[in-house]
Amino acid sequence: MLKMVVCLKQVPMVSELPWDPRTGTLQRDLAEGMMNPACRSALEAALRLRAAEGGEITAITMGPPMAEEVLREAIALGADRGVLLTDRRMAGADTSVTSYTLARAIERACAGFDLVLCGFSTIDSETAQVGPQLAEELAVPGVAGIDGIELFGRTVRMRRLSDNFLETLEMDLPGLITVATGENALQHVPLGGLQAAFDGADILTLAADDLGLDPERIGVKGSATRIISVTSPTAAKKNLVLTGAPKRIVEQLFERFDDKIGGAIGRDLKTEKAK
Amino acid sequence: MSANKQAIWVFGDYRNYFQNRVTLQLLSRAKDLAKKIDGEVCAVVFGHWTDEWVDDALSHNPTFCGVVGEYIAHGADRVYLTDHPRLSAYSMETYALLMERLARREKPEMILIGATAFGREFAPRVAKRLGTGLTADCIGLDINGEGLLVQMAPSFGGNLVAEIVTPERRPQMATVRPGIFQEIPHDYVRTGEVVRVPMPVDLPADRVRLVRVERCPQREQKLEDAKVVVCGGRGLGSRKKFAKLFELAELLGGEVGATRPVVYADWAGHDALVGQAGKQIRPQILFSFGISGAIQHTAACNNARFIVAVNKNPNAAMMKRADVAIVADASQLCATLIQELKKRIR
Repeated sequence: MLKMVVCLKQVPMVSELPWDPRTGTLQRDLAEGMMNPACRSALEAALRLRAAEGGEITAITMGPPMAEEVLREAIALGADRGVLLTDRRMAGADTSVTSYTLARAIERACAGFDLVLCGFSTIDSETAQVGPQLAEELAVPGVAGIDGIELFGRTVRMRRLSDNFLETLEMDLPGLITVATGENALQHVPLGGLQAAFDGADILTLAADDLGLDPERIGVKGSATRIISVTSPTAAKKNLVLTGAPKRIVEQLFERFDDKIGGAIGRDLKTEKAK
Repeated sequence: MSANKQAIWVFGDYRNYFQNRVTLQLLSRAKDLAKKIDGEVCAVVFGHWTDEWVDDALSHNPTFCGVVGEYIAHGADRVYLTDHPRLSAYSMETYALLMERLARREKPEMILIGATAFGREFAPRVAKRLGTGLTADCIGLDINGEGLLVQMAPSFGGNLVAEIVTPERRPQMATVRPGIFQEIPHDYVRTGEVVRVPMPVDLPADRVRLVRVERCPQREQKLEDAKVVVCGGRGLGSRKKFAKLFELAELLGGEVGATRPVVYADWAGHDALVGQAGKQIRPQILFSFGISGAIQHTAACNNARFIVAVNKNPNAAMMKRADVAIVADASQLCATLIQELKKRIR
């Protein structure tokens, strides 16, 4: 039986980000959460493998208590159970510490796994680092950014486009893959799954002490990197707003930005040519 | 060369050499940074036949040879080189192990790695093995008053930029987005030291096996490389109105891009999609018509140097990040722009 683990991250819903209009910064605490799109692709890849090969899927996430929502969503989509890692001391972890924490939880809650699937990157921090670092932590072979997977017994064959090279790779299980956001159609949510997600969903909640983690090695304390400032370049952008009649706007555009626009197309746009 | 000098390492990512200039860009930036800490710049190269010019076809793999000399000509004071037939194709675990061992021995202060697909998978593995921090896909690097590497990392599609340091652990590591720094012109008179690092005898076989690799036919990157891009969104109103963008693009000598809803509505093909699942663009000028500015789209437009956005809604996200925000009906303004351009350039 194929034992799969899908790592999920809850990220702020980007289409409805509550930006502070004054400072231009994101009010993260007000943001609605959603399942990171690439993590969803990873879950879909796992569901397809299960449909073809059988097996079971454990969804795991690390985050504040509300991150349980993505586990319920995963269960509604067909995952068999969820594992929620939540502990204030785990907050502020960089990618290396995140992978350390996830690895210890996977070893505890999903011992004997065959395949770990992660999203290639998240839309909030966009590092694409947790997957490869998790492979290191679990000491299994791993491949990032795959867009096709097939299983032949205990061997996984994967395809990916990497820096303009189309690669076909193989590894033996257990292993880890990160899945790129594809054009995968949204899963049909089976009603049974929905019901399972809300009554008696099998969700295991773990804190640092349950895993015997050294508090010095997790969260912000364990992280090697420090964020010293966060700014919003777009908020600082001075932009010129033009309104009024279209013809007048276009004339102003050409007059004031001939160096930029005319420059890019190699034309003088300030003056009309005589017919 | 002083052994005590702090070293800034640049990983020699030479695959796809002619298109992939990020190593040269990093050597250039490393040189500037090295001045601030009185350090030296080293390139690290793993490969086969990397120190001589060999015809591509002979090396049976799509790598480029002769990079050692290139790196010195582009600013490396020293090149660490492991040259071995086993390294003739990129291999993740082997490269990570070689880098880990070399870094443990030589103790560089910083390691900079190009944010190519390979680099973005390689760097986190090396950082994990060395127990140090890593910042992803930086768009700026500097040295602060304490001599620390300040790594500027975008998040939320560039809507936020975080400044990150690695205060205690070493080396300080970052991957850096291609195209951020300018390479310096090569200087073939320049000399540098080449340190040959033997291939370890105990190197385990890579657990991930490369079954097949083929270089993709050189894709036409019209949209990605266009100096002028005209992008349209659902706010244009209809397929017919969207089609006017092609006329505008032709007048401007540019290319047409589209948002996801437009592609879904089949007003434009998938190859026009500008966004996270589509193309990343970096034009000198971007005209954006009727685009609200979902983050998946704006993230792909971040490298546009000058943005003119047109939207009825002055508060649309795209309008906020534009240099010129035109509050108007997108389709109508597009028509006027075409008309006025014709008066001036035909």
